[in-house]
Order: sequence, then C-alpha cells, then structure tokens
Amino acid sequence: MSNLAILPILIPFIAGILLAFLNKHIPLVRSLAKIITVAQLLFVSWLCYLVYQSGSIILETGAWKAPYGIIIVADSLAMTLVLTTNIVAVACVFFAPVSLTEKQERFYFYPFFFLLITGVSGAFLTGDLFNLFVFFEVLLMASYGLIVLGNGKVQLRESLKYVLINVFSSMLFVTTIAFLYAIVGTVNMAQIAQRVQEVDQAGILTVIGILFFFVFATKAAIFPLYYWLPNPYIVPNPVVSALFGALLTKVGIYAILRTFTLIFVHDPNLTHTLFIYLAALTMIFGVIGALSTHNIKLIVAYNIIPAVGFMLMGIGLFTETSISGTLYYLVHDMIIKGSLFLIVGAIAYVAGTSDLRKMGGLIHHYPVLGWMLFIASLVLAGIPPFSGFIGKLLLLQGGVAQEELLIVITGLITSLLILFSMIRIFVKGFWGEKSDVLPTKPVKTAPFTWPIAFLLTFSVLLGLGAEWVYPSVQSMAEYLMNPDLYIESILKE
Amino acid sequence: MTRTNDIILRTTTSLIAFILIGFSVYLFFSGHNNPGGGFIGGLMTAAAIILMNMAYGSEAMAKVLPVNFRFVVALGLAIAVLTGVGSFVFGQPFLSQTYAYFQLPILGKTELATALLFDLGVYLTVIGVTMTIILTIADDRG
Repeated sequence: MSNLAILPILIPFIAGILLAFLNKHIPLVRSLAKIITVAQLLFVSWLCYLVYQSGSIILETGAWKAPYGIIIVADSLAMTLVLTTNIVAVACVFFAPVSLTEKQERFYFYPFFFLLITGVSGAFLTGDLFNLFVFFEVLLMASYGLIVLGNGKVQLRESLKYVLINVFSSMLFVTTIAFLYAIVGTVNMAQIAQRVQEVDQAGILTVIGILFFFVFATKAAIFPLYYWLPNPYIVPNPVVSALFGALLTKVGIYAILRTFTLIFVHDPNLTHTLFIYLAALTMIFGVIGALSTHNIKLIVAYNIIPAVGFMLMGIGLFTETSISGTLYYLVHDMIIKGSLFLIVGAIAYVAGTSDLRKMGGLIHHYPVLGWMLFIASLVLAGIPPFSGFIGKLLLLQGGVAQEELLIVITGLITSLLILFSMIRIFVKGFWGEKSDVLPTKPVKTAPFTWPIAFLLTFSVLLGLGAEWVYPSVQSMAEYLMNPDLYIESILKE
Repeated sequence: MTRTNDIILRTTTSLIAFILIGFSVYLFFSGHNNPGGGFIGGLMTAAAIILMNMAYGSEAMAKVLPVNFRFVVALGLAIAVLTGVGSFVFGQPFLSQTYAYFQLPILGKTELATALLFDLGVYLTVIGVTMTIILTIADDRG
C-alpha cells in the first residue's frame, strides 16, 4: 500500500532504463514512450484521487522508521504537482517526434526525458533534505543531457553557462545542508522543522534559511539570480524548452514553498518580507526583459520570471489566501508555460524564423495556431474565464488583506505588461499582410496542434472549473499553513 | 610512424590486470563488513580494463571484451532498481533488504544479503559509466 508513493518516481525511471536498451529502434521507442506516459498519467491521476480521499501516503523506504530512513511523502500538494508534471510530460512526448530529428531521438532523448520526469517527481515527493538534493541532481543531469542534444554552437555556449550556474548552486546547496545538519543533527524535513521550532529559529538558523533561499532562488530564477535563465532555455529543441520552462523553475519554487512554510517560519518579519521585495523586483525585471526583445522564444522565456515573482509574492505574504493563490498559480503556470513554449516552437518552425520583425500574416495559413496563441496569451495574463485569473486574484486579495499595496500595484502593472508582450507576438506575427520570408506552401500543423490543444484544455478547465478545484487548493494551503500536521503525520508520536 | 616494441608493458599488464581484477572483486565482496563496495570495486575493475586498453589498443580489446558499455550502465541501473522493486513482492516497503546464513561448499557459513545484489547494480553502472567516458574520449579522433 505505502509502496504506491514511490511509483510515480519508479515508473519513469524504469521506462528510462528500458528505452536506453532500445535506442536503435526509434518507432518502437516512440510508441513505448507514448504508452508509458499515458499509462503513468492515468495511474498518477488515480493515486492523486486516492490521496485526496484518504490522506497522504507515507513510505518509509527500506522499512526504516521515520527520522532514520528516507521518507517519501505523497501528500496532496506533492501529488497535485506530480500530476501536473505528468500532464506536461504527455504533451511533450507527443510533440517530440514531430519536432526532433531522428538522430536526436536516437541519442537517448527518451531516456533523458524519463530521467528528468523521475527527478522532478522525486523532488516533489521526497521528505528528506539531502534526498531532495539528490533528486535535484537527477533532474539537472538529465537536463544537461537534453540541453546539448542537437550539438549546435549556440547550444554549447549556453549549456556551459547553464551547467556552471547549476554546479555552483548545487555546491551551495550541499554546503547549506552541511550547516543545517551541524546545528539540528538531522536531514529529515519533519524532524528539522520540529527542532527548529524547539529553538525558535535562533539567528544562525535564519541565516541558513536565507542561504537555502539563495540556492532555490538560483534554480527558480528570482531577482537577482535570474540572469542565467532566458538564453539557455531557448537554444534547445522546443520540446526540451517546454519541459524546462514548465518543470525546472517550478521545482525551485516548490522547494521554497516547502522549506518556508514548514521549517523556517518563525522569523517571517525578516525572511518573508524580503520575499515580497524580491518578488516585486522579479516581476519588474522579468517583464522588462520580455518587452525588450523581438525573439518570440525569448519573450516566452522571459515571461517565466514574472510568473515566478507572482508565486514568490504569495509565499512572502504568508496568509492562507495568498498561499492558495501561489498553489493555483503554480499549477496553472506549469501547464501554460509548457504550452506556450510548444506554441512558439511551432510558430518558429512554420515561419522559419523566431524574429518577430520578419513575420507577418501567419493567420492566413495557420488560423488554429494563431488562436491557440491568443488564448494562451489571455490565460497567461490572467483574463477572467481562464486559469491565470483565479491565482492572481487570490494573490492580490492576499496582498490587499496584508496591506502590501505596493506589491499589488506592481502585480497589476506586470500583468498588463505581460499581456502586452504576448499580444505583440499575435499582432505582429499573425495580423497583417503575408510576409515574403514565409515559405509559400503551408506546413502541415496538425501534429503540432494536438499536444498544445491538450495542454490548453487543462488550462481552460482549470479556469472554468475553479469552483471545483478551489476547495482542494484551499485545503492544501490550510495544510501548508499548519506545519504541525506534516510533522505529526511523519513522526507519529 | 614506427611501432614501438612494448613487450615489457604487455607482459606486466597481463599479470597486473589479473591482480587488479582479483582485488576489485575482493573489494566488491568485502563491502558489507569492511571498507569497499560496489563503487570502488567498479572503479578498480574499470581501471584494470583501461590498463589493458592502453597496453593492447582498443581494437584488440573490442575483440576480447565485445561489450557495449552503455548497455552495461542500463543493465546495472536495471539490477539496482529491480532489487528495490523485489521487496514489493514480499509486501515490504521499497528498497527493504534481508539476509540469511548459508552453508556454502568451500567458504563455510556465509552471510548472503540482498544488499549485495544492489551493489552489483552499482558495480556494473560504475564500470559502464567509466568505460563509456574514457572510450568515448579516447576514440574521438575528430
């Protein structure tokens, strides 16, 4: 029974190993990868349902009792994020054959893909700080493999930056865990939380908290540690960009959310106030980046940053409303960033360029693609019927309730500018006369369309079905605001 | 290019490589109660293979040891995961392990633990990864 908690990690891992054996037989690998991801999505949905119905599933690996062994905690938050990860994975695996060359697929795309999913799911599910580090490395190693896939000159340059910054932040992560272990003498998150609570988060523990924030902020691209993000995210294949944009920064945000709602919660005047200021700066600088460029891929990549700012704002405000806003926004943003990267990947493919100034009149040939981009832009900006709205509304409500009006105004202006930056792609790329650089014969876009439509459906449902989704988000926020629930469920005194 | 006569290197290699492999197997098995284990055992075996590679050249080695080391990585991972999954069958949590004492013909009363199987996975993965790295760099004449 408790073994169910490990399966979202184990299934992609075994799939990755299996496909590494078969890497020469591309058609077989493709169909196997599709079958496995779909089966996994169904399984994870069922597991998610189970967790909602009967509470979190806790696995003590190797039958070692709680603080001594590694704990896998499938609570409702982790399972929701794993479910979202799998939704994105299904879209990406169906998009991959149309966007990758056969050579790239043969060079272990699918094993790396599955190992990335393993790392992300593991990072969401683990209840142990050092194990979190290990899963971070699993997903980073897989992402290094994916980012160089294709072997271009630009990719080499950007992947070098990407690897350097991540090696540095991983080193800082290990050092920080060592500091924390020296003080509290454990790496189990529940027990750390308990012990930090006992000493009321003395000065040195706040310092360690800030160090953790720096580590996770590097992964999540928060001001002033976001400068590495945009370029490495646009050089690989669109499907790899979509995976990165949808999953990697969100793991950093999830880690901040976990540590700063569970462990370092006793000095919010210092830590959480800092978050609010950084969130505002993240939003402003991210959206300035998105407005500064004519490269459509870069616009989407820069749009990751203000979204991260919004989520950090919710953590900084630290009320039940704002945390549920963060959660809502997190799930919404994973899906929409995945679909946006796939859309701009498809646009760049059909237009033969990703420079906005060279495009025009795409709507004549590709109406479906155009309207999907339009909907995705509205979702991203947070226009009412769609999913971005609810998350932002909750965040702004939380901000007004805490009387942090500055961040509320920043958030609103940022939303406007996000909409502007995205709609610019639609107006300049899709309206107007047909541009000469476009190939005269339209490319078939149906294989591109289905995975994107699949993701957008979830985005729209998440907005329209808010009544249905919101109670579970609220109960998750309630659970996060009461760290004792987590500690007791694991340590069982 | 003149071909150097490296008979001393080759003769000593065939002797040393066996000692190295023997030592690595010893390290592999002693891991449970003494320093050693799958990781260092695997590295030691890889070192022996690399030594033979340097003495005899990679073409000769490809004939003696016709193995695709990338498959060895995947095989090692598969073994390691399956030992973890094996505990599902007995209704135990993932990665549970057990051990028992057996009366073996020569060794006498011996403790056999399932952790050794996991170590075997680590051992194969380490060999595979090390050899893949070194052979990929060595064969790159571009």
